[in-house]
Amino acid sequence: MLTYMLTRVFRAALTILLVMTFAFVVLRLSGDPAAIMLGPDAPTDSVDAFRAEWGLDDPIWKQYFAYLKSIAQLDFGISMRDRSSAIMLVLERLPATLALTVPTLLIQLGIGIPAGVYAALHRQSVADRGVIMLSIFGFTIPSFVMGLLLVLIFAVTLGWLPSGGQDSWRHAVLPILTMSVGGIGILARFSRSAMIEVMGQPYIRTAMAKGLSWRDVVWKHALPNASVPIVTIVGFMVGSLIAGAVVVESIFSWPGIGRLLIVSVSNRDLAVVQCLLLVIASSMVIANLCVDFAYGLLDPRLRAKAPAH
Amino acid sequence: MTYQAINTAPVPSLIRRIRFKAPLLVTLGLAWLALMALTAICADLVRPYEVTQMDLSARLSAPLTPGHLLGTDELGRDVLSRLIQSIRVSLVIAFGATILSAVFGTLLGFLAAQFRGPVEHLILVLADFQAALPFLILSLAVLAFFGSSMMLLVGLMGFYGWERYARISRGLAISAGAQGYAAAVVQLGATPARVYLRHILPNVASTLIVSMTLTFPEIILMESGLSFLGLGVQPPQSSLGNMVGFGREYLTRAPWIMLAPSFIIMMTTLSISLVGDWLRDKLDPTIR
Repeated sequence: MLTYMLTRVFRAALTILLVMTFAFVVLRLSGDPAAIMLGPDAPTDSVDAFRAEWGLDDPIWKQYFAYLKSIAQLDFGISMRDRSSAIMLVLERLPATLALTVPTLLIQLGIGIPAGVYAALHRQSVADRGVIMLSIFGFTIPSFVMGLLLVLIFAVTLGWLPSGGQDSWRHAVLPILTMSVGGIGILARFSRSAMIEVMGQPYIRTAMAKGLSWRDVVWKHALPNASVPIVTIVGFMVGSLIAGAVVVESIFSWPGIGRLLIVSVSNRDLAVVQCLLLVIASSMVIANLCVDFAYGLLDPRLRAKAPAH
Repeated sequence: MTYQAINTAPVPSLIRRIRFKAPLLVTLGLAWLALMALTAICADLVRPYEVTQMDLSARLSAPLTPGHLLGTDELGRDVLSRLIQSIRVSLVIAFGATILSAVFGTLLGFLAAQFRGPVEHLILVLADFQAALPFLILSLAVLAFFGSSMMLLVGLMGFYGWERYARISRGLAISAGAQGYAAAVVQLGATPARVYLRHILPNVASTLIVSMTLTFPEIILMESGLSFLGLGVQPPQSSLGNMVGFGREYLTRAPWIMLAPSFIIMMTTLSISLVGDWLRDKLDPTIR
């Protein structure tokens, strides 16, 4: 178990290093930041001063190591736009994004898993078909279409909820609703198929044959076994949650890191984009690490021996 | 005789039941996809107006106005004509990207299976990296920093989902190598290229085709998402996502500009998902 965990942690660290390298290479190769920041008509000496100040004249490997070193010291550079620290800009926006993503994840888990499990236990019923149809619908509708439709219905036509901004909890309702739909569909579908597979296993038949109540079979035998594949999907969903936040924040003018990403990408603000890429990748890697650790808790067999990867 | 055969048949599995129940929906899905493909191919013939033709006297006219079946947008351009052109652009991008990522991913998977060792580790680490960053975020960074061009967009979308093909083809190729038929042709003196292309590929093709039907709608959604954010297909060219993006400004006054492409996106991804699920049940040997 320990070696398994250590390998996972090592791979996670390697992935983060790769993301950093990627961000660095792409952003540096794509153009001269001095020309972008100062405009094409800037006088030569101010361009030179700018390049010297940001270390742009050093060879790229030197810039790369300087970059790695500063990240190791938790210094993510300074936003070229307004000269404030990149990490502070990101941290400032983080609560707003968490205010959307955390409730969304809870709603997705709270509705998606029970709906899928219920559908699996009542196969071929009206509820089962309803869940299948709704879940297919849920993940084929793009979030930007969903968001605009909700705005059209609840903000424009009915006038119940505001269509954008971040002043009260009412402003968060439509964004959270928009983000939840797709994930509920995916979770419901996966929990349903995981549960169906488990319910077909011999140990379930044994449990029923020895006279356990239906409730005990489901809660003590089926659900713990179905939880492993479901947890895997939850780990993957963290990524789509962040990507969803980018789109949804842009629709509802929500001042989170998604909006910050789009703004700094169009301003070519290297430091902020790098910092954001790193924060997003780290949160995904950490989420997947948690999933790996959760396997150990959920499945006693993994505690005894590491699975072959 | 037949009656008896049906009676003694085992309880139908989920797969078989889908196969009996789905055809109506699957047929509808296939019909819709055929219609879309036809629209994309004949876009120039069926389009009533030029995409950029403006008619400022008929701005924002509602659907079903004579001459403009789906109405016009803020510059008086015919929504139907733009829709037809957008279907073509979006489908061409999605199609090109799906092929690219399938070829690229399968090739890497085969390379990993052939050389093992460090090559395999490198490819798996790259796959991990791809999975660690949401593709939308990755493309946002690349597109905004290199500027958006059609070639770059198709190329970028061509990376979407390569890691899935790589994982699948690597796994299948390794297990095929263990099955003997591959070893047999190697013994007969076949070059690795011949072994992989003529012997292993046909055996794993059905699984790969199924993954293609899964990535195709995701690429459509990804491209329309990027275009919606203003970083994908650039005007004057239009795609489905970019129509939704521009239609958003006229949500209150002219919702049809945004509703028409949204409907097409949803119907197309829905159809491909239905057809893909059905195809998976039919073709994929790994879930039997």
